[in-house]
Amino acid sequence: MNLKRVLAIAFKETLQVWRDPRSLAIALLMPLMQLGLLGYGVSLDVRHVALCVYDQENSQASRGLIQQFVASNWFAVVRNLHTERELRAAMDRSQCIGAVTIPRNFTRVLDTTGAVSVQAVFDATDVNTTNIAIGYAQGVVALATTNFGQAWAQGHGVQPQTVGMIDLEPRVMFNEGLDSRNFIIPGVVAVILGLVGAQLTSLTVSREWERGTMEQLISTPVSALELMLGKLVPYFVVGLVDAAFCLTAAVFWFQVPFRGGIATLALTTMLYTLVVLGIGYLVSVRIRSQLGASQVALLLTMMPTTLLSGYTFPIDQMPPAVQAITLLVYPRYFVTILRAVFLKGSTLGELISPILGLIIFAVGLIWIAARAFRKRLD
Amino acid sequence: MFRRLQVMLMKEFLELRRDRWAMFRLIVPLLIQVIVFGYAATFTVSHVSMTVLDLDHSQASRALVSHFAANGRFDLVDNATSRQQVNADIDAGRAMIAVVIDAGFARNLDNGRTAPLQVMVDGTNSNTALIALGYISQIVALYQAETLQSAWPASAGAAAPSITISMRERPWYNEDLADRWFFIPGVIGTLAFMQVISLTAFAVVREREVGTLEQIMVSPIRPFEFILGKTLPFFLIGLADVSLVTTVGVLWFGVPFVGSIWVLLLGTSLFLLAALGMGLLLSTLSRTQQQAFALNFFLVNPFLVLSGFAFPIAAMPRVLQWFTVINPLRYFLVVIRAVLLKGVGLDIVWPSMLAMAGLGIAMLTLSILRFSKSLD
Repeated sequence: MNLKRVLAIAFKETLQVWRDPRSLAIALLMPLMQLGLLGYGVSLDVRHVALCVYDQENSQASRGLIQQFVASNWFAVVRNLHTERELRAAMDRSQCIGAVTIPRNFTRVLDTTGAVSVQAVFDATDVNTTNIAIGYAQGVVALATTNFGQAWAQGHGVQPQTVGMIDLEPRVMFNEGLDSRNFIIPGVVAVILGLVGAQLTSLTVSREWERGTMEQLISTPVSALELMLGKLVPYFVVGLVDAAFCLTAAVFWFQVPFRGGIATLALTTMLYTLVVLGIGYLVSVRIRSQLGASQVALLLTMMPTTLLSGYTFPIDQMPPAVQAITLLVYPRYFVTILRAVFLKGSTLGELISPILGLIIFAVGLIWIAARAFRKRLD
Repeated sequence: MFRRLQVMLMKEFLELRRDRWAMFRLIVPLLIQVIVFGYAATFTVSHVSMTVLDLDHSQASRALVSHFAANGRFDLVDNATSRQQVNADIDAGRAMIAVVIDAGFARNLDNGRTAPLQVMVDGTNSNTALIALGYISQIVALYQAETLQSAWPASAGAAAPSITISMRERPWYNEDLADRWFFIPGVIGTLAFMQVISLTAFAVVREREVGTLEQIMVSPIRPFEFILGKTLPFFLIGLADVSLVTTVGVLWFGVPFVGSIWVLLLGTSLFLLAALGMGLLLSTLSRTQQQAFALNFFLVNPFLVLSGFAFPIAAMPRVLQWFTVINPLRYFLVVIRAVLLKGVGLDIVWPSMLAMAGLGIAMLTLSILRFSKSLD
């Protein structure tokens, strides 16, 4: 391998990038645009669940219970219902996500037996929202039990219970506010770099074919390995600038807590950029039209990175067979790394297994890509 | 007129069949999406790794631990013996949840004092953490209710010592809370949307790029017939997409089809109309296929993300919510979920239908206007 030849190719490629400012601007701005879109658009937070109330009793006690729902701030009462039919219609029209029915004999049953039950209907078309809303509602009802119990004991002059209450003290680590943005943004950065990086290099070799400069290139003494390295260098720089943009925006704009080391972040980002550029280059060598190459690169990167990298759908909840497949979805390693570096402040040593995954991909891809290019015109 | 249209249609299908990449683009996303959303994508939390540190070693603490184990949603990965071990489990990601029962737990309960129960959660995945915390508090509430009941001697009187209000929840339209029922309708919409737009945009731009557009213009075909001939094949492909994935979803993945097939058909037609309009509009904005590709990615991706197919629109910032008003996919997802899961009819989904029709007409008109101008 001759370093001079690598530099010559790199210089030529840089010139090409430089003289096409529009493409360069797109390459630098698109990631930020996507980050804005996904950073704001992808949220799983459930707040102010629209709640309908069907209070059949309308007593002090039943109103008190409803007040608990309102006071929790998790629910917003949007409608009061008066009939069963209204309830069905409100749900059908998606006017509310949950509907609480308080039975006609709520107070009497409560006073005589001490145990009463209310019914809550949820619109389960959106499963995740429903799951969380049910959790909230159970929390509200549990709190109501305590409050009603205290009031009851006071009203009846009964001594406080002889049985102690369990006080649940949840302590959330790493993402203290349970803000879904802190979970999603690091993943989004990995996904965007994966998409953009592959797009960048997917055009490099196919462009030579399309413009007819391939014959000239082949007639030079450059070797396949030198060509690849030379072509990757400028895009490596562009990719790293993209990464720096996105990571800076994640920290300063989206305020994702950053607890790890800059060096850890830089090293792993470079490794990932290498893998991503390698994929694009491989596609570019294989497909001779620019359009085809960028389309195939998009297909190869888009679906796996968005669906199977774990950036929204947790991998550990997938069936084992799919979990095995995700081992091949290289962005998953970077998603893991970024999250750990951002939220947990993990060090290189703690991240050894995902880093090893990326290294295997980087070496394998470079090896295949370097061999894939043949100095032949057929 | 029909003769000319027929010829045009034949030409389009021929071109599609000869385009290797087009077939690739049609089939591969379909397969991946159906498999992933049918089997893999889930927000449900069923296996939460948990570590327990029981410093009390009492009957009460063991009973509480067995409640966690019996719930079925938690996998006990470790019985820790020290706080350091608990912290290490959480830090290394071996356990997502740690329950610490302090010494004196049982004694506090027996003496009527408050017994703290510490729960540590790895909040990295906020969604999973939130749901898991919900499970934990339900289990603890259940355990508490049992202790209260057993502690109250039957002789103490008719009234119970304390009051319990419980909630019986009934998830309508998807009683088992199956993720697929939510995702598969989303796949139907997004696939048809992506494919129809990119096929339409590319078909027109290709003619322009290759230079055959002028040839067609000198033929006796009228602009209206040309547009119809260009869009009809993709309308049919979109229809095939929707029927195919719906059939697979219903027969293979067990997604219910409660509503009327005619409402769905009407909704699909209006939706495809809007998608065709968008595709044509894209084609008038780009000169080369390369540009069409870039534009397609730039514009279609936001429409997909901001459609509510996986992430609820209600959770988005206000500005993005406004943007979804011009998103035909958003309305189609409302219609298809309503038809498949809720079984409601036109009397309820008509606003969404109207919105799609309006968007479709607006975009088609706009693109035809731009199109005829670009030919002059």
